[in-house]
Amino acid sequence: MLQLESVSAGYGSFQALFDVSLKVDAGEAVAVIGPNGAGKTTLLRVVSKLIEVSGGAVSMEGVPLAAVPAHRVIELGIAHVPENRRLFPRLTVEENLRIGAYPQAARARFEERLAFVYSLFPRMRERRQQLAGTLSGGEQQMCAIGRGLMSGPKLLLLDEPSAGLAPVIVQQVFELVQKIRKEGYTVLIVEQNIRQVLKVVDRAYLLEVGRIKRSGKSAELLASDDIRRAYIGL
Amino acid sequence: MPRAAWIALAAFAMVPLMGVGNYYLHLVITVMLWAFIYTGWSLMGRFGLVSFGHGAFLGIGAYVTTMLWNHYGVTPWIGIPVAVILSVALAVLIGYPCFRFRITGHYFALVTLALTEVVRLIIVALRDHTGGSLGVTPNIGLVGGESFSLVALQFSSKEVFFYIALMFWLLGLYIWHRIDTSMMRYALEAVGQEEDASASVGINVTRTKLLITMLSAALTALGGALYGQYQLYINPDTMGGIGVSLQIVFAVIAGGMFVQLGPTVGALFTLMLAEGLRVAVGNEVHGLDSTIYGLMLVLFIIFMPNGILGKIIEVRARKSATGGTATA
Amino acid sequence: MEIFDVFLLETVLNGLLFGGVLALLALGLNLVFGVIDVVWICYAELMMIGMYAVYFLYTVHHVPLLIAFVIGIATVALAGVALHQFVIRPVLASEPINQLLVTGGVLFFLQAAATLAFGVQFRNLGLALPSVTLGEIMLPQSRIYAAGTALVAMLGLWVFLKKTFLGIAIRAISQDRAIMPLMGVNPGRIYLITSAIGGGLAGLGACLLVLQYDVHPAIGLTFGPITFLVCVLGGLGNMLGGFIAAFIFAQLISIGGFFFHIEWGYVMAFAFFIIMMFVRPQGLLGGKR
Repeated sequence: MLQLESVSAGYGSFQALFDVSLKVDAGEAVAVIGPNGAGKTTLLRVVSKLIEVSGGAVSMEGVPLAAVPAHRVIELGIAHVPENRRLFPRLTVEENLRIGAYPQAARARFEERLAFVYSLFPRMRERRQQLAGTLSGGEQQMCAIGRGLMSGPKLLLLDEPSAGLAPVIVQQVFELVQKIRKEGYTVLIVEQNIRQVLKVVDRAYLLEVGRIKRSGKSAELLASDDIRRAYIGL
Repeated sequence: MPRAAWIALAAFAMVPLMGVGNYYLHLVITVMLWAFIYTGWSLMGRFGLVSFGHGAFLGIGAYVTTMLWNHYGVTPWIGIPVAVILSVALAVLIGYPCFRFRITGHYFALVTLALTEVVRLIIVALRDHTGGSLGVTPNIGLVGGESFSLVALQFSSKEVFFYIALMFWLLGLYIWHRIDTSMMRYALEAVGQEEDASASVGINVTRTKLLITMLSAALTALGGALYGQYQLYINPDTMGGIGVSLQIVFAVIAGGMFVQLGPTVGALFTLMLAEGLRVAVGNEVHGLDSTIYGLMLVLFIIFMPNGILGKIIEVRARKSATGGTATA
Repeated sequence: MEIFDVFLLETVLNGLLFGGVLALLALGLNLVFGVIDVVWICYAELMMIGMYAVYFLYTVHHVPLLIAFVIGIATVALAGVALHQFVIRPVLASEPINQLLVTGGVLFFLQAAATLAFGVQFRNLGLALPSVTLGEIMLPQSRIYAAGTALVAMLGLWVFLKKTFLGIAIRAISQDRAIMPLMGVNPGRIYLITSAIGGGLAGLGACLLVLQYDVHPAIGLTFGPITFLVCVLGGLGNMLGGFIAAFIFAQLISIGGFFFHIEWGYVMAFAFFIIMMFVRPQGLLGGKR
C-alpha cells in the first residue's frame, strides 16, 4: 500500500533522512522505532507531504506522491495524526472531529463517520461540546485519533501517540490502537516507546540517525538482544 | 566623517550665496525640513517601533506654536518649546501603557494611527481657534519693511531659512549618529528582536522604548513648528492626519530606514516626485502625485523593503562579496 | 426635564443603531486579522470603493438600489481578494510591519485614486428616507435598516462559522495553521475566501452607510480609525469583543455628540480608549497572543 523508496529528506541544509526504504501492506500495523532525533517525525511528514523529499520516491497504492499537493494527500486515503495531538484548542471535540471530515468524500458520509468514531470512543461523545484544549492528555489523544479516522482513511499515520502521557494513559492509548486494528485499519506508527508499540504491531523498522538499521517482525525484534539492551534496558 | 563629505557640505552651504533663486532655494529648504522630520521618525522606525501617527506630533508642533502666537502673542521662542513638551507628553501618555504592557506590532500601529486622527479631529473641532479644515496662518510679525522678526521667528528671506533648515537637518543627522553609536542602539535592537530576552539581561525595555519615542516625538514636533514658521500656513491635513503620517513612513521606507542618510534620500525622492509631477501634469490633476506615492509605497514594500539606499548598499555588498576588490 | 430625557433616549437609540453598523465593520476587520494575521489598514477605503460603486450605479446608471447593493458588495469582495492575492501574499512571509505598511500604502493609493477619479466633491445618494417616529423620538429609517441588516449579516456569519465545514476550517486555521493540510484544507484558498468575506462585509457596510452619509475620497478617515479602535478595544481578532466594543464606542460617540459637538464625541471615545489602554491593554476580550 505505502511504499518509500530510497527517500532522503531534511530541513534546509540539515538532512534528516538518508536513503530510507520501507513499505506498509494493506491490513498491517507497522512501527518505526528509534531514539529521539532519529528522524521518525520527518518520515511521517514526508508521507503526508508536509515536507518534500530531496531524493527517492513515496507512493500510495501505486500513485506517486511527488505531484500531489499536501492538502490533497488525505484524498489518497492517508490520514496523519500529528505529534502532540495538535487539536484545535478553541474548537469543541465535535468540531475537531468534524474538520477531520473536511474532504468532500468524507463530508458526504459525515454523520456515519461521526457515529462510528463515537462508538469507538464513547468518552468523546460525552465530551462532544467541550473545548478540545480543556481535555486531558489521554482524551486529547483519543480525539486526535478520532479526528484522523473521520476521513475514512485507508492508512492511518500515528506520530508518537504516547508522547507526554502518563504510563497508565499510554496503556490506554495502545489499547485504542489495538481496537483500531481490529476494525481493519492499516496503521503506521512512529514511536519511542518500543516495548509497548512492538506489542501491537506486526512489523517494525529501527530508524537511527536517519537510516534504517534493522527491520523485522515485532516478535523477532523484541527477542533480539541488542535492541533489548539498547532500548528496552533489559 | 570622510574629508570629501566635509568639503561637499561646505560647498552646499554656499548655495544661497550663489544666487540660485527663490524657487530652488524653496525646494532645498523643503527637502531639508522634511528630511529632518523623517530622520526623527526613523529613530523609532529602525528599531521596530513603526508609528503611523507622527502626524499628531507635527500637528501639535505647528498648531500649538501658531495658536500661542496668534491668540496670545507668545513668541515662538517660547511657543516651540511648549509645543515640543506637549508632544513629548502625548508620546509618554500613549507610549507608556503600550510599552509597559508590551503592545507592539499591529496593536501599536493601530493605536498610533488612531492617535493622529484624533489630534486632527481635535484641531478641526476647535475650529473657532484653529480655523478648522481651512487651516490658519501665523500672524505676520513683520512690521513695516522689516525682513525678519526675531520675536515672531519669521524671516522673509529664504536665504536665512536655508541656514536654519540646514542647521536642523544636520542636527537631525547628528542625533541619528549619536543614537547609532550609543549603547541605547544595542539595547533597542535587542528589544526589537527579542523583548523577553532583553529584559532578562537587565535592559529596561519600557524605559528604553519610551526614551526613543520621546526623542522622536520632540524632533517631529520641532520640525512641524519650523515648517509652520517657514510656510506661514498650516492646515490639519498637511500637519496632521493619516495622510502625512503615511507620507513620512513612505519617504523613510523609500529612502532606506536603517541608513543615516536614508530619510534624507526619501525626502529628496518624494519631493522630486511631487515637483516633477506638478510640473509635468500641472496642479489641476488633483491627487495624481499621491496616487503614485501610494502605488510606489506598495511596490517598495513588496520589492524594496530596505529602500533605495538600502538596495544600493545591498547590491554593492553583494558585488564585493562575490569577488573583486573590497570597496572602501 | 422630560424633553431632556426623551432626547437623551433618542441619542442612546441612535447610538445603538450606529453601533450595529460599526460592529459589522469591526467584524470584517477582526475576521481577516484572526485568520490571516494581517490588519487591513485600508479597510475603510475598501468600503469607500463600495460606496462609490453604489453611488454611481444608482444615481448615474439608474440601477435599482438593491441590485446596486449586490453589485457593490460583490465589487468590494473582489477587491478584498485582489488585495490579498496581489498585495498581501507577497509580503506574508516578511515581518508584520511590512504587511501594515503595504496596506497603509493601499490606503494612500485608494484615497488619492478616488480623488483623481471622482474629485473631492461630496456625493449623496439623494435618498431622503423619512424618519420613524416613536412617540417623541425620531429615528432615521436609513439607520434602522442599516442596523437591522447589520445584525442579520452578523448572525448569518456566526451561523456560517459555527455550522459549516468551511466556517469551521476558517476558525481552525487561526488556531493551528501548520496542520491544516493534514485535514485536507488548502490554507491559501481559505485566505482568499476569508478575504472575500472580509471585503464583502466592508461592501455591506458601504451599502448601509451610503444611505446615511455622503461619499468622498476621505470618507475612510471617518470610519477607519474608529473601526480600528473598536477592534483593539475588543481585543484584536476577537469577534465577540469587537462586537461589544462597537456598541460601547457608538454610545460614547453618540452621547458625547449630544452634550457637545459631534467631534467631541469622537474625542471622548478616544479618551475612553486611552483609559482602557491603561486598564486592560489587550482589549476587553483579548488574550495574550
